[in-house]
Amino acid sequence: MTLDRAIAGIFVLICVIYGYTAFVTMEAGLLPFERNLTFLPNTMPKWLSILGAFIGLIVIVQSVPKEAGEIDPGEIDVRNLRQYKLGQAIALLVLMVAYALLLRPIGFLAATTLFICLGGYVLGERNYKLMVPIAAVAAFFIWYLVEQVLGIFLRPWPWFIYGGA
Amino acid sequence: MLEGILAGVTTALTLQNLIMVIAGCLIGTLIGMLPGLGPMSIIAIMIPVAIKIGDPSAALILLAGVYYGAIFGGSTSSILINAPGVAGTVATSFDGYPMARQGKAGKALTIAAIGSFAGGTVGAILLMGFAPALASVALLFHSAEYFALMVVGLSAIAAFAGSGQVAKALMMTVLGVMLATVGESAQFNAPRFTMGIQDLQSGISFITLAMALFALPEALYLVLNPARSNTGKDGEGGEIKDLRITREEAKKITPVIGRQSIQGFLIGVMPGAGATIASFLGYAVERNIAKGEDQKEFGKGSVKGLAAPETANNAACTGSFVPLLTLGIPGSGTTAILLGALIALNVTPGPRLMVDNPSIFWAVIISMYIGNVVLLILNLPLIPYIAKLLQIPRNYLIPFILFFTMMGSYIGQNNATELLLLTGMGLVATIMRFAGFPLAPMLIGFILGQLLEDNFARAMSLTDGVSFMWERPMTLILLILAVVLIFLPSFRQQLAMWRRRGVADGD
Repeated sequence: MTLDRAIAGIFVLICVIYGYTAFVTMEAGLLPFERNLTFLPNTMPKWLSILGAFIGLIVIVQSVPKEAGEIDPGEIDVRNLRQYKLGQAIALLVLMVAYALLLRPIGFLAATTLFICLGGYVLGERNYKLMVPIAAVAAFFIWYLVEQVLGIFLRPWPWFIYGGA
Repeated sequence: MLEGILAGVTTALTLQNLIMVIAGCLIGTLIGMLPGLGPMSIIAIMIPVAIKIGDPSAALILLAGVYYGAIFGGSTSSILINAPGVAGTVATSFDGYPMARQGKAGKALTIAAIGSFAGGTVGAILLMGFAPALASVALLFHSAEYFALMVVGLSAIAAFAGSGQVAKALMMTVLGVMLATVGESAQFNAPRFTMGIQDLQSGISFITLAMALFALPEALYLVLNPARSNTGKDGEGGEIKDLRITREEAKKITPVIGRQSIQGFLIGVMPGAGATIASFLGYAVERNIAKGEDQKEFGKGSVKGLAAPETANNAACTGSFVPLLTLGIPGSGTTAILLGALIALNVTPGPRLMVDNPSIFWAVIISMYIGNVVLLILNLPLIPYIAKLLQIPRNYLIPFILFFTMMGSYIGQNNATELLLLTGMGLVATIMRFAGFPLAPMLIGFILGQLLEDNFARAMSLTDGVSFMWERPMTLILLILAVVLIFLPSFRQQLAMWRRRGVADGD
């Protein structure tokens, strides 16, 4: 089975679950007076689930795999997957998740500097003397712009500076 | 009216107001380049400054300058790193980014600047001439027509679909609309489809989805396939030369700019999604009327495909001032914030504004011309430097793109869950692009989904059912147009296939 068919199949499944929520779960949760209203919170979801499942099935039926000659080397194609640097991409995604989890505890400045340095490291940068100062200056500059100039709060320092809060 | 215009010119040309225009454009462009800070947030940030100024015309001129600057700044990040920070510049990235990858970043930015300038200027001229008349036409549009207009906007996705891809594009649109139903709707307080996650109650944020669908997959592709980033490298000194638009290209984009200035303005006048719908429809219309090779180039770095949305969104921005200034109705989130600023400055927009405060009304319109000229003068010399951003080594550029992507979605909500959502959706989007699903329709579905539901609800409540679809002629015409837009590309393709077969048989 091709990847696009699999995705369309998952989409049809999502539509079924979405539709079940709209037709059954949400319908059961309606208040008595709401039943007389013309438009309900589940009115559009009902239409959408039917339409979505129908279109998803069309994609499954219609889907034609590309022929080998059609692949452009610059284009992204799943058949080139083995030549790609998958490890680096996964490592960067893991770094993003780590950044999300550490942003509040260790503060914006440390989290950002670490993210940019480690991101560069993953991609093969070994010139630490250049990388670390650039990351630190950029983190400080962005923090200054966002919090001091624009007035949007970004917690800069780690938790222990705030008394363990 | 002439007296009013003269009073406006004298007000707009005072030194203080000229400084306001220049400062506004500069601030708007610089901050607008950061993904995540769209015109709405920048104007909101500038309101305290504007109120401190005290003089309503000067304050409004500053805010209008910020508005234009932010839209142009947003185009810059769309073109250079495929990170549209504003819904109105999503369509710009369709052809702007491929151009940047081909080493034509300078040229793309020049076309964007010229398109914005033309759109804004033509818009301002139209605004002067037709403001009162257009305001009354906009009033004729009811929720039923708005619903139909949104459907037309959604059906325009057929334009983004390659051959045989219409079903895939439609599927992505429906997925986008489904995502828009997550969280509490404007009509009801009950949370929907949140799966018990509290952070989803306010819905998925636009900026997180935009970053997940465009910027993140692109950055990941640069990692996966290093050859991809090399394609964008310019030769030494080749960049400055690239700024110039050839005579042939100028010939191509002139009619596009002309058409889209007017079309964009007219769409902007109608309260609704304004610049966003204008840019998508502008792109769709130009793609549909382009012929042969020109049409095939759309999505691969077509100058027409870049000029159309850029012109249309700026013209629509100007157009959105019509309902604001003449009726006091804000047509978009941004103009709603402007309305708040006006009221804070003790100016009540509405039909009386032109009569009671002609100097304010006209000064704002005159400042739009000046603002457009300032933007052009400001941006053209800066383009070579802005384009140089792409020459930063890959090992530094990619972590920074990822960081800005995350900042974009974090700043808006100040919530780390957004970052997890961004990473998860970005991964799914990357896999979907591997399978050849177009991602733009999903974002369009998401943006228009909420407006679609609100107007659908209102129209249904008014007519007690769906009969409005065939009872109101304008709604019916728009819905038929939507159906035609969906089936036209498939029909054309089929027709071309029959013709080819016919020729082959004839041989």
